Amino acid sequence: MLITCPYCGPRDVIEFTYQGDGNRERPDPASQNFEAWNAYVYDRLNPAGDHNEIWQHSGGCRVHLRVVRNTLTHEISNVAFVRGDHSSAARRKAEDKP
Amino acid sequence: MAEYSALSLLANALKGNKDWKPAWRKPDPKASYDVVIIGGGGHGLATAYYLAKDHGITNVAVLEKGWLGSGNVGRNTTAVRSNYLLPANTRFYEHSMKLWENLSHELNYNVMFSQRGCLNLAHTPAQFDDYARRGNAMRHLGVDAELMTPVEIKRLIPALDISNDARFPVVGGLMQRRAGTARHDAVAWGYARGADRRGVDIIENCEVTGFLRDGDRVTGVTTSRGDIRAKKVAVAVAGSTGRVMQLAGIETMPIESHVLQAFVTESLKPFIDTVVTFGMGHFYMSQSDKGGLVYGGDIDGYNSYAQRGNLPIVDEVMSEMLALFPGLARVRMLRSWGGVCDMSMDGSPIITMGPLPGMYLNCGWCYGGFKATPASGWCFAWTIAKDQPHDFNAPFTLDRFHRGLVIDDKGQGANPRLH
Repeated sequence: MLITCPYCGPRDVIEFTYQGDGNRERPDPASQNFEAWNAYVYDRLNPAGDHNEIWQHSGGCRVHLRVVRNTLTHEISNVAFVRGDHSSAARRKAEDKP
Repeated sequence: MAEYSALSLLANALKGNKDWKPAWRKPDPKASYDVVIIGGGGHGLATAYYLAKDHGITNVAVLEKGWLGSGNVGRNTTAVRSNYLLPANTRFYEHSMKLWENLSHELNYNVMFSQRGCLNLAHTPAQFDDYARRGNAMRHLGVDAELMTPVEIKRLIPALDISNDARFPVVGGLMQRRAGTARHDAVAWGYARGADRRGVDIIENCEVTGFLRDGDRVTGVTTSRGDIRAKKVAVAVAGSTGRVMQLAGIETMPIESHVLQAFVTESLKPFIDTVVTFGMGHFYMSQSDKGGLVYGGDIDGYNSYAQRGNLPIVDEVMSEMLALFPGLARVRMLRSWGGVCDMSMDGSPIITMGPLPGMYLNCGWCYGGFKATPASGWCFAWTIAKDQPHDFNAPFTLDRFHRGLVIDDKGQGANPRLH
């Protein structure tokens, strides 16, 4: 299984750490909604097919990635940064804005 | 009276093996049953068997998508043990162990249960202390456990590297003598035959495609072989739990499906006559009666329904094997395969009524479901027949996660890939 890191290019899965299901929504830290916290901690969609998940390139540039991977074929259809686009091109574009 | 014997083998061989009778029928599904069990693996078949035998409920169908025993019951590394720490797990798995001890007689089918022991190796004094604690917890509940010294271990497993030069020197171990291995296919076949003889319909190549509903209540299933109505629908589909529950409109479960790989080497002369586990990683090995070393390690560690894994785990398992047994470096691996495990959020199973009326759920076996087969079927049958859990499976509810009653033997938290 190869994951294409946006910084480093295609790398073997051994360089990455699986951070789990990317579908879960973490409640606001101040939230006292126990059901929302329980759902965040314990409940999973666990789809057979495309799965939205978080990987970290821990053996490389250490960036956190949002990966769409098919759980039936292990095929990866999309890799993106977890927090927006951090590429220098995107950063420049943001800085150009008035 | 045994149905198979050396004499019947010989007689049939002389007659060209034409007179063997099938061990179970191949019936067409009826329009309705008292109980429909989804999943013809070890747990589903055992459930059908105990429903028929202990509770007199014989109007039962077991629906299997593929062929009987094509899933995890034929993919595991066959180890049977009850060496858990927490009382809920210890009681349940010890009940299973007691059923195993009589299973061949019970089924009149040789499941080749061999109580060759299971030894957990400790590689640090702290780990040895931890094993002593677990051993004491086991003995407190009447389960056998004993601590072993490196010298005793060397006598038991001469091939093991216990020298101080080993990558992780062995400082001791925790042994459960009554643990062992069983012939996994025979378990599926024995339960299938026992259930079939009591009137249960085992329907292979019958995929469940949806649930029949009357409001919330589940009243049957739609399948690739037509609709089947049932008073009670039981789900025992292990790694496919998420997919089947989604057919019932239940979007999320405290389950992730992960792939676990297993391996077998070419046949060797007698090499190891116990089950041994490595304490500084995740590795376990035994030797089959055919002579192949059967072994495995960790799950791959990411969600998967693929029944095949990737090479990093292969590499890791082989390294761990060689750390313990340097002498196996030139032995060739014969086969490897993968199975899909229903990893729960606390590493413990779920055997319960619900979550919908008319539905019963058996899942969350992680990669330890094989040893649970008899007790899982026994408890699930009890739960289905009496509409209440037995004491043995009462703690294994589905709502325990949201109620803060998790049974986390390893203390790993809600992180399925670490259980």
